[in-house]
Amino acid sequence: MAQILFMQALNQAIAEEMRRDQKVFLMGEDVRASVYGAAANLSKEFGPDRVIDTPLSENGFFGAAIGASAVGMRPIVETLTSFMWVGMDQLVSQAAKMRYMFGGQVNLPVVFRCVMYYGGGSAAHHSDRSYPVYMNIGGLKVAVPATPRDAKGLLKTAIRDEDPVLFFEDGTLLGTRGDVPENSEVPGGDLLVPFGKAAVHRQGTDCTIVAIAGALPHAMAAAAELEAEGVSVEVVDPRTLVPLDKTTILESVAKTGRCVVVDPASKVCSAASEIMSIVAEEGFWSLQAPMIKVASKQVHVPYTPVLEKLMYPTKDDIKAAIKKTME
Amino acid sequence: MAIEKQKLMLMLRRMWLIRHFEETVIKVYTSGEFGGAAHPYIGEEAVAVGACVALRDSDYIAGNHRSHGHPIAKGGDVKKAMAEIYGRRDGYCKGKGGSMHLADFSIGILGESGIVASSVPVATGAALAAKLQKKDFVSAVFFGDGASNQGACHEAMNLGSVWKLPVIFICENNQYAVTTPYKSTVSSEHIADRAQAYNMPGVLVDGQDAIAMYEATTEAVKRARAGRGPTLIEALTYRFEEHSLGLGRIRRSEYRTAEEVTDWRKRDPIVIHEKKLLETKTATQAEIDAIKAETGKEVDAALEFARQSPFPEAAELYEDMWADKAMPIP
Repeated sequence: MAQILFMQALNQAIAEEMRRDQKVFLMGEDVRASVYGAAANLSKEFGPDRVIDTPLSENGFFGAAIGASAVGMRPIVETLTSFMWVGMDQLVSQAAKMRYMFGGQVNLPVVFRCVMYYGGGSAAHHSDRSYPVYMNIGGLKVAVPATPRDAKGLLKTAIRDEDPVLFFEDGTLLGTRGDVPENSEVPGGDLLVPFGKAAVHRQGTDCTIVAIAGALPHAMAAAAELEAEGVSVEVVDPRTLVPLDKTTILESVAKTGRCVVVDPASKVCSAASEIMSIVAEEGFWSLQAPMIKVASKQVHVPYTPVLEKLMYPTKDDIKAAIKKTME
Repeated sequence: MAIEKQKLMLMLRRMWLIRHFEETVIKVYTSGEFGGAAHPYIGEEAVAVGACVALRDSDYIAGNHRSHGHPIAKGGDVKKAMAEIYGRRDGYCKGKGGSMHLADFSIGILGESGIVASSVPVATGAALAAKLQKKDFVSAVFFGDGASNQGACHEAMNLGSVWKLPVIFICENNQYAVTTPYKSTVSSEHIADRAQAYNMPGVLVDGQDAIAMYEATTEAVKRARAGRGPTLIEALTYRFEEHSLGLGRIRRSEYRTAEEVTDWRKRDPIVIHEKKLLETKTATQAEIDAIKAETGKEVDAALEFARQSPFPEAAELYEDMWADKAMPIP
């Protein structure tokens, strides 16, 4: 077991899958120089044919990746969530819809690694937490890893998946460290984390927190502090939103009777909205108190740190929400 | 360029198949047998057929909303195409795609895209795969004069050229984006002129002439297979019918004159091709008549097949969303 950075975990996953399968290649803006870090040294190991710098041309190279995946390749596209809007037609009209629209004739094993920077003074155009948008579209799997171990294991699974995957890399987590087992320590010699299987990071009996991506550390901190105050909190991390492991969430709520969903995305039609609607529909009779959504404020990301820090869910917001469910 | 008789006759056969197919679609659509939109390709047959006969089965094509002709030109099955337009289970996409989304991946048809220009980057990606896999297949993509103004089109042309991909961009300039003439929306005199900016050959071709299309495409394919990158072919053509079936307002509008339509109809691609076959004594009138009759029967059989094919069952609604059969239904 090694303590590594989230970013290193991503790098390991890509490198291991590229070694394993010649069809896997990486493309994106400035990936050879690895400006964003996760592609470090890949160009040196795999050469320019398998680590491809693209023009600033999301509509073009997103589509090229989709087309390449339709005829036998397994592309990994590196992009920022903010730039996905530019290539939206390819993501929605092609990646998401092709398989269904063509009656299942084609699989598109393409992974878009969508780096979400926010919280760092980058202002509205470079700070997005856009995964809920893609949950609504259908045809795209959506992964939201929150730990280095899951970052590696889910990315390896994504690369082997036959469906298009949007793999959201939370910028607030890229520099976090965590235990990631060596391949020799896991069964089959490969760390593969399945999609659609939530992780319960902390067991508890009084309240369930469902925490998405960068919300997890805040949820864990809130749970630890509340334990000292005599409140037992269970923390569930869905790990993938499409597919969503509703069974684990509903079982946890059945046990605790309370539910707080924490989502770094904007509040309206967030991933939290969907999770809460499922609990309302299928777990209502377990609830002892109304659920609470702790999500980002419904504004665009302001530049000044004074305002920006007000918009994201914090540990204290989570604690206050849990206490409210206990009233 | 000497073209063997078999190919010349194949061009005629496929043009007639498309013509009968489209005439049948118009007839049955008008009688209300199915709904939605359908965009007839009549008048433009030589573009798809001339280009596709220059391709191998292992090559890829992609099309657009006006794409009944492209799969037929590539050797697609008119039965499955007609059944798809009828929304039936035996259709190419099991009734999920319809008129604007025919596809046959088994013969290199990457699928037609209803969003104009959206399939241009996808087809470019197939060419990227050819290069990465070190295989010699090429990818040809058909799009219209309207699509030529989309960013996706320009981005794909730049990508194709900068990476020297085996892709052929075939712009079917049928003069109008729905009702807007291309001369009022395209900044250069010809769309082919834009190739210069992307450092690739730009070729202006008579799109009513299947042989001219075949020759231009053959040249582009040769260049693509040799690793010398893409070509932009602008085929000057005309849609004889209106933009779309089911759009009554557009049918009535007077964006083009009756004289203009009549003049272009005089340049019917099938008539032009047949005349050449006769003049060069490549084929007899009897051979030509036989092809016309045979393809007519093929389309009649396709229509019967489509009408007989069952509609999908309700349980099929959720099928085909995912390759992963374990995906839960939300």
